[in-house]
Amino acid sequence: MTLTLKISALTKTFAGVKALDAVSLDIAPGQRVALLGHNGAGKSTMMKIILGLIPYDSGTVEVCGGRPGAPAARAQVAYLPENAAFHPALTGQEQIAHYLSLRGESPKLAMDLLERVGLHAAARRRIGTYSKGMRQRVGLAQALIGKPRLLVLDEPTSGLDPVSRRDFYALLDGLAAEGASILLSSHALTEVEARTDRILILSGGRMVAMGTLADLRRTAALPVAMQVTARNGYISELAAALPGAIRVEGDLRLTCAQDEKLPILARIAGFGDKVADIEVVPPSLEDIYSHFSRRDGQ
Amino acid sequence: MTRILATARSEFRISLRNRWVAIAVVLMGLFALVLSAAGSAPTGELGVDRLSVTVASLTSLTVYLVPLLALLMSFDAVAGEVERGTLPLLLTYPVARVEILLGKFLAHLTVLAIAVAVGFALAAAAAFRSDAGSVEGLPALWRLGWSSILLGATFLGAGYALSSLARRPSGAAGLAMGLWLGAVVLYDLGLLAAVVANGDGWFTTTAFPFALLANPADAFRLYNLAASQATSAAAGIAGAANAIPIWQSAASVLVWPVLALALATAAFRKVTP
Repeated sequence: MTLTLKISALTKTFAGVKALDAVSLDIAPGQRVALLGHNGAGKSTMMKIILGLIPYDSGTVEVCGGRPGAPAARAQVAYLPENAAFHPALTGQEQIAHYLSLRGESPKLAMDLLERVGLHAAARRRIGTYSKGMRQRVGLAQALIGKPRLLVLDEPTSGLDPVSRRDFYALLDGLAAEGASILLSSHALTEVEARTDRILILSGGRMVAMGTLADLRRTAALPVAMQVTARNGYISELAAALPGAIRVEGDLRLTCAQDEKLPILARIAGFGDKVADIEVVPPSLEDIYSHFSRRDGQ
Repeated sequence: MTRILATARSEFRISLRNRWVAIAVVLMGLFALVLSAAGSAPTGELGVDRLSVTVASLTSLTVYLVPLLALLMSFDAVAGEVERGTLPLLLTYPVARVEILLGKFLAHLTVLAIAVAVGFALAAAAAFRSDAGSVEGLPALWRLGWSSILLGATFLGAGYALSSLARRPSGAAGLAMGLWLGAVVLYDLGLLAAVVANGDGWFTTTAFPFALLANPADAFRLYNLAASQATSAAAGIAGAANAIPIWQSAASVLVWPVLALALATAAFRKVTP
C-alpha cells in the first residue's frame, strides 16, 4: 500500500526562527490524522508546505508520490483553509461551479455538493450575505470535489455549531472509508477525540507527541483521580486505609499514578459493603494536551 | 483552456456585479458623444469626412481613457485575492498561475472591448447623421477600435504586474495611478521638454522616435494618426507621426500586450500566499 503523505525531517525557518524542526509523519490511505497545537505551533506552516504553497528548507516531503505543489499532487489534494474566504459577489453555486471546472469536473455537480454540506437552500444567494459557518461549508463543499486522495483541513470545525460539527465528522468518516487520507488541524483535543486514528501534537515547531489517544494517555502518565463514597459511619475507617485521601463533604478524594490505580481499587473493593460508590476520573483530554504542548516551557 | 474559460466566466460575472461593465460602457459612450458634438465645428473646411475628424478626436480620448479603465479593472486582480484570502486556496487547485491571469485577462478585455465598441459605435452614428460621406472614415475607425483594445490589453497586463508586486490593493492602486500619470501624461511632457532643450541635437533626431515607440500610449497615437487620413486634423505629435514608419508603431502596438502579460506572469509567479 503506497503512502499518501510521507514527510521526514521537515525543517522550515522564518527569519531565524524554526517554524518546523525535523518533523516526520506518514499517512496511509484511509487514515485520519489530527494535528494539534497552539497558535504559532507550526500547524498551518506544515499544511502550506504539504500543499506546495511555501518552500521548505530541508527534509523530504512526498505527496501522492510526487513533489508537493506539482500538478499531479494538486490534482489529488483538496484543501480547506482556516477561515475559508470567497468572492462576495458570487453565489455559493457559482463559486462551487467555478471550482468544479478548475478540477475538470462538470459545473452541474455544484448543487449536489452544496446539498451534501447542507447549503442548498442558500446556494443562489451571494456569498457576501453568508455567515461564517456557511462560508466554512462552502469551503468544505469545494474540498469534496473529485474524490481527493488527501484532504488537508485547517481548523475545519471552527465556526460550526455542535450539530454541524458532528455531521462534518460523519462526512469525513465516509471519505476515509473510501480510502481518502485526512489531515486536519485543531486547537482542542476534545474536538477530535474518537474521530481520528492518530493524534500529532506540535509545539514550537517540534513534534512532541504522536499516537492514538490511548498511546498519548499512557505516555503522559498523568495521575488518576478517584472519589470514594463510604456508607454511613465508615468514612473514618476508609480514610485510615487510604493514605493521602482528603475528605470533601462526606466523600474521599485521592489521586494516584496510573500503575497504582489497580492496587488501590483492589484495596477499596476489599471493604465490600462499607463502600457505597466509587468513581474513577481519568485525566481529561485538556490535561493530556497541555501536558504535551507545555513541555517546552510554553 | 476550460480552466481559462471558467476563470474568465467567473471574472466577467464579478465585473458585471461590481458595475464595471456599466461604468466602462457609460464612460466610453459619454465621452465619445461629447467629442462628436464638440468636433462638429471644423467639418468641411479640412476637406475630410466627418468620421475621420471624429476618429482623430477619439484617438486623443482613447489614449487617456482606455489605459485608465484597464488599470482600474486590473489593479485588484492579484492584490484583491491576497487581501480577501482567496489566493492560497486557488493556488492549491490544479491550475497554472498563467491560466489564472489569462482567465482574468480575457474577462477584463471583453469588458473593455464592449465599452470601446459601444463608444465608437455611438461616435460613428453621430458622424453618419450629419455627413453621409463618413463611410470613408470607417477603416480608420476600425483600426482605432482594435488598436484601442490592444492598448487596453497592455495596460491590463501592466495592472496585473503592479497588483502582484504590491500585494495590497491600496498599494496596487497607487502604483497603477502612478503608471497612468507617468505613461500617459508626464512621459509626453518630459519628451517635449527634452526636445525643446535639445533643439536639433542627437536626442531630437535619434532618440526621440524610439522614445515615442517605447511608450505603448505614444505608439498607439502614432500608429492611428499616421495611418489615418486625418493627420492634418490632429495637433500635437502629428508631425512626428509622419517621420516614423507605420510598421514600427504597429509593431509596438502589437508587441506591448505580449510583453505586459509576460511581465505580469513573471511577477505573479513570485507571489507567495
